[in-house]
Amino acid sequence: MSGVADQVTTRREAARANSVSAVADRWSNALQRVPLHIVIIIFCAVWIIPTIGMVVNSFRSVSEMGQAGWWTTLFPPHGFTLASYQQVLNTENVGTSIVNSVLITIPATVIQLAIATMGAYAFAWMKFPGKNIFFIVIVGLMVVPIQMTLIPVLQFFKATGLSGTITAVWLAHSGYGLPFEVFLLRNYLGGLPREVFESAEVDGAGHAVRFLRIAVPMTIPAIASLTIFVFLGVWNDLLVALTFLGTSPNRPFTVVITQLVTSFGGGWQFLTAAAVLQMALPLAVFIALQRYFVRGVTAGSVKG
Amino acid sequence: MDQIITAIGAIVLVPLVLLGYILLGERVIERLPERIQEWFRPYFWALPAIGFATIFMVYPLLRTVVISFRNNADTTWVGFDNYVYFFTFPSTLTSLRNSLLWLVFYTFFAVGLGLIIAIMVDRVRYESLAKIAIFLPVPISAVAASIIWKFMFDYQAPGTTQTGTLNALLGVVGHEPVAWLVNSTTNNAALIFVGIWSATGFAMVIISASLKAISSEVLEAARIDGANEFRIVQLIVTPLLWPTITVIGTTMIINALKTFDIVYVLTAGAYDTDVIATQMFSQLAHAHFSRAAAVGVVLFAAIVPLLVVNIRRFQQQEEQR
Repeated sequence: MSGVADQVTTRREAARANSVSAVADRWSNALQRVPLHIVIIIFCAVWIIPTIGMVVNSFRSVSEMGQAGWWTTLFPPHGFTLASYQQVLNTENVGTSIVNSVLITIPATVIQLAIATMGAYAFAWMKFPGKNIFFIVIVGLMVVPIQMTLIPVLQFFKATGLSGTITAVWLAHSGYGLPFEVFLLRNYLGGLPREVFESAEVDGAGHAVRFLRIAVPMTIPAIASLTIFVFLGVWNDLLVALTFLGTSPNRPFTVVITQLVTSFGGGWQFLTAAAVLQMALPLAVFIALQRYFVRGVTAGSVKG
Repeated sequence: MDQIITAIGAIVLVPLVLLGYILLGERVIERLPERIQEWFRPYFWALPAIGFATIFMVYPLLRTVVISFRNNADTTWVGFDNYVYFFTFPSTLTSLRNSLLWLVFYTFFAVGLGLIIAIMVDRVRYESLAKIAIFLPVPISAVAASIIWKFMFDYQAPGTTQTGTLNALLGVVGHEPVAWLVNSTTNNAALIFVGIWSATGFAMVIISASLKAISSEVLEAARIDGANEFRIVQLIVTPLLWPTITVIGTTMIINALKTFDIVYVLTAGAYDTDVIATQMFSQLAHAHFSRAAAVGVVLFAAIVPLLVVNIRRFQQQEEQR
């Protein structure tokens, strides 16, 4: 042990002896850090330039996009135009599909969060036989691939006459989202102070009052983060909408963009404008609500 | 117009209906004898959630297993026929191989780059700005990301002006343009890279959060003792971050196995880029339901070990509560 300690002290002395003067030390330190800055800047560039390139392209004409790369527009003459946006918005189904995306996303988010909060309250503050097993099933369901459910759910919608309706995707999204939301909200609700609920019970407040007046208001931060997470998940979803609304007039923006990408052999470039419109909302939400957004995403780290 | 009314109706009605369910239900339950109350109330509260989970996940999951052993018309049992098809047909085997490639490379690089970037930006003053740049692709949908990368990978015949960013860069160094998404030696790597690009920010943010939790005293002490930064990362930081890394690792493996959007939009599985999920979707689109079900079961089987790991981890956390 003492040998290690000796080594440590000699190393410390050596470190001190090495620093001839504070200024030289600072300079050599800064020099040593140059590679670090370069690597970070390269990573940032690789991660950000593709998006910038596409956004720039969305403001160019399709013929120019086919003749020269997006970077040429950064120098005059720029030749920016809104033609792609006009073309996209005039393309059949695009306008309706944007409306559909809104009509799918908001109710789907509201429905699943309302049901999940209620279920989470039962798992957090009530005792019942089989509770643990139910909850373990919920933890397991969080990672079950949606693919595993598509065929029977399709048959279910066909049998109930819901296939191709917006209601069908609300229900499907809610079913797929619930396990994770119940899990997360139950952990949050279970972490609330027991005394608050007990004193309310002593005061004669029933479960309805305790849930609506105590549990829900105290859970707002978690619900807010989850709302962002769920909202963007549904807004950006392709698989569920493609499966249940693939050819329906109710299909959302992501599905229509995908179908346009695959159907246009050449000339697909004007879809840059569609992609910008599609990602505008998520990016706006991310920039405006950064903290909640990152919290929502990190809370989802256990979700598959 | 009807749709808008339905949607607004749903937004208002669903919470109202649930509120009514809670208030009316509780009023009825409170009149019941104490013992029945205690037994009945929790199920009453959990019923909507459990109901949804049962209708949309538990029952379909079991039913899919059954369908995978039936013929397509669902009239007779066919044993393992659908699985035999899956494991002998060349194109489905390709999708299996590609999913394995996704699993290995996507997971390794998304987590690895997330870790490296989190550690690097921790040491500079513009950390939050750099993190925003890396995180930016996370909120972008796979559909939009695919269009973004269609421009990066764009290919024109050699000799003409390259409009794709990557091929223009290759031209600068005097290399022939590459048809990234068509050439079967590059296309899987290209697609997987798009996945990595979308996921790294997510891994970085989570790793960064637990990196901040490591006490700076430990790192200072090591620095004073003369340990260089690489040794510190190797011997102190990485071991302390290991639990976080395994959690993200499992999430990324599951994401890799479920990959669908990027492949579907960029190549639709053409040129040997199919993965399990796109394979399943095309079986479904061709109305080969029982084969699609078998593909789904294979996908699920691959995820079961991770499901067990997740449940174990949950049980350990419960014991610590």
